[in-house]
Amino acid sequence: MTAFWRSPWLGPSVALLVVLAGFAADQGLGLILAVWLAAWGINIWLSNSGRTIGGFAVPILFGATLLVLWELAVRLYEVSPVILPAPSAIWARLITSTDTLWADFVQTIVKGAMSGYVTGCAAAFAVALAVDRSPFLQRGLLPVGNFIAALPIVGTAPILVMWYGFGWQSKAAVVVVMVFFPMLVNTVQGLKASEVMQRDLMRTYAASYWQTLFKLRLPAALPFIFNGLKICTTLALIGAIVAEFFGSPTVGMGFRIKIEVGRLAMDMVWSSIVVAALAGTGLYGLMALLERKLTFWHPSQR
Amino acid sequence: MTDMSRTGVMRAGLGGGLTRGMAGTVHHVMPILAVLGVIVALWYAASVGMNRAWTLDQAERAGEELSAGEVIADAMNQERPVLPTPHQVFAELWETTAGEPVMRERRGELRGNPRSLFFHAYQTLAPTLLGFLFGTTLGILLAIGIVHNRAMDMSVMPWAIASQTIPILAIAPMVIVVLNSIGIEGLLPKSLISAYLSFFPVVVGMVKGLRSPGAMDMDLLKTYSAGTLATLLKLRLPASVPYLFTSLKVAIAAALVGAIVAELPTGARFGLGARLLTGSYYGQTIQIWSALFMAAICAAALVALIGLAERVTLKRMGLAR
Repeated sequence: MTAFWRSPWLGPSVALLVVLAGFAADQGLGLILAVWLAAWGINIWLSNSGRTIGGFAVPILFGATLLVLWELAVRLYEVSPVILPAPSAIWARLITSTDTLWADFVQTIVKGAMSGYVTGCAAAFAVALAVDRSPFLQRGLLPVGNFIAALPIVGTAPILVMWYGFGWQSKAAVVVVMVFFPMLVNTVQGLKASEVMQRDLMRTYAASYWQTLFKLRLPAALPFIFNGLKICTTLALIGAIVAEFFGSPTVGMGFRIKIEVGRLAMDMVWSSIVVAALAGTGLYGLMALLERKLTFWHPSQR
Repeated sequence: MTDMSRTGVMRAGLGGGLTRGMAGTVHHVMPILAVLGVIVALWYAASVGMNRAWTLDQAERAGEELSAGEVIADAMNQERPVLPTPHQVFAELWETTAGEPVMRERRGELRGNPRSLFFHAYQTLAPTLLGFLFGTTLGILLAIGIVHNRAMDMSVMPWAIASQTIPILAIAPMVIVVLNSIGIEGLLPKSLISAYLSFFPVVVGMVKGLRSPGAMDMDLLKTYSAGTLATLLKLRLPASVPYLFTSLKVAIAAALVGAIVAELPTGARFGLGARLLTGSYYGQTIQIWSALFMAAICAAALVALIGLAERVTLKRMGLAR
């Protein structure tokens, strides 16, 4: 019994039984199970083979399997496109409505999210530099900033939309409020990251405050600053999209999602979500790339 | 890392001062009070600045001349101010919580009173907690799978991390509407959004936690010839508890945001998000601000509760710092 339990045939034979049981119950179910288990088997083989290609191939294969299963399930069970459109339908919609999606992208990501992201992060950075010079302010502002960073700040969206109108300016304002505190807290923490020995060394060189800042403390703070910048990319997109639920011109990704959900055009909603996902991953990737270029000396990057 | 300092806030704010004595309390609390004082002062100044225009406009139409003091007094007490003052917000908070019963008799039945903010908070907190429970349980199970199965680790983890960079809240309206269209309404759709948002912090934190035991500890268990299950129960799970609590604090804050945003697209009638939405439709700024403060109080209370559970648990496990 134990011999069978440890034999390499256990996995495949159980898989075969499951697939057969699936076919017995329903042809579609059997097919879905077969595809899933076959892909999973390849993944197990790839990840245990110890080849370097596995690091890329396994997650890509996993994602592709999910897409295939999604497509299969929608086709075999004739799921209504109002509930869940097939990936192929979403792709077809995506490439035929690039104009609309591009206009939404420019309105929400470039005008709303990016301008707010840059303003908010720059303001937080400047405030962090100021706070850093006063221990009293640090002890007061940091707990308050940490507290505010944990609050549902998205809730300020209706207020800011009321103040700044339906245009992209109000979305940028929401993004500024959302990214400010996480960025502030991370930068202040980063400015404390240099060690006493290193600061003493700068003092023995008779380095001024600004020299110490630029040559020692800012470089030492970079890992923290990039951590804040990376967290804020997602927050910026969420802020810009959710703020559009409270009022927007007739263009923008949040507007599109809200309107097309109402018209039950789910393929368009999914297309917008694909664009949002690509934008989010792209922004994050850009920050990660910059981090790798600038903090190559840090242990986490080696 | 924000979470590490967030626990620091709780400690400084709640219990730390008592143990460190009066000097410590003053040292920690004074700067916070000073900052809060400055914020309140700035808030009053801003609301006078932003509401003044309307006051002056009204006075000009009535043909009256107002003194500076009258203008300030009026700007601080308008019915629909551009920016309500702190005392207006807290008066509204007080009226809608202490001043209204949570339940009310209507058509012979005892129903929730839509004028009570506690009722709205409950409508949002129930799906928050349910979703948090779902998300956390699923997250822990998935993390255990990831730690024990190499194929799962290599396939799921990259996607879990990539999904963090996607504005997931954008999906919320669709999930709600689709679930409504197939007949699932009420608590479940909202809690699904909450579950989805609280799921990923727990997976990432727990994977880190379950892998935190050092080689020495693992070797010791191997010399005892402990199996996978025994290693999980006696070493990995206990070692992951500090990581679990850190991610739980992120997760519950995310779950609350999820429940609030989930109320926006369908025009829900009850809940804090619904309060924000109706407030913005009808220009009831005081209502928006009081709902916002209620949401903030809920978030702070939930995070503080988990912080408390963390302190008690870690102390009993002998892990307290």
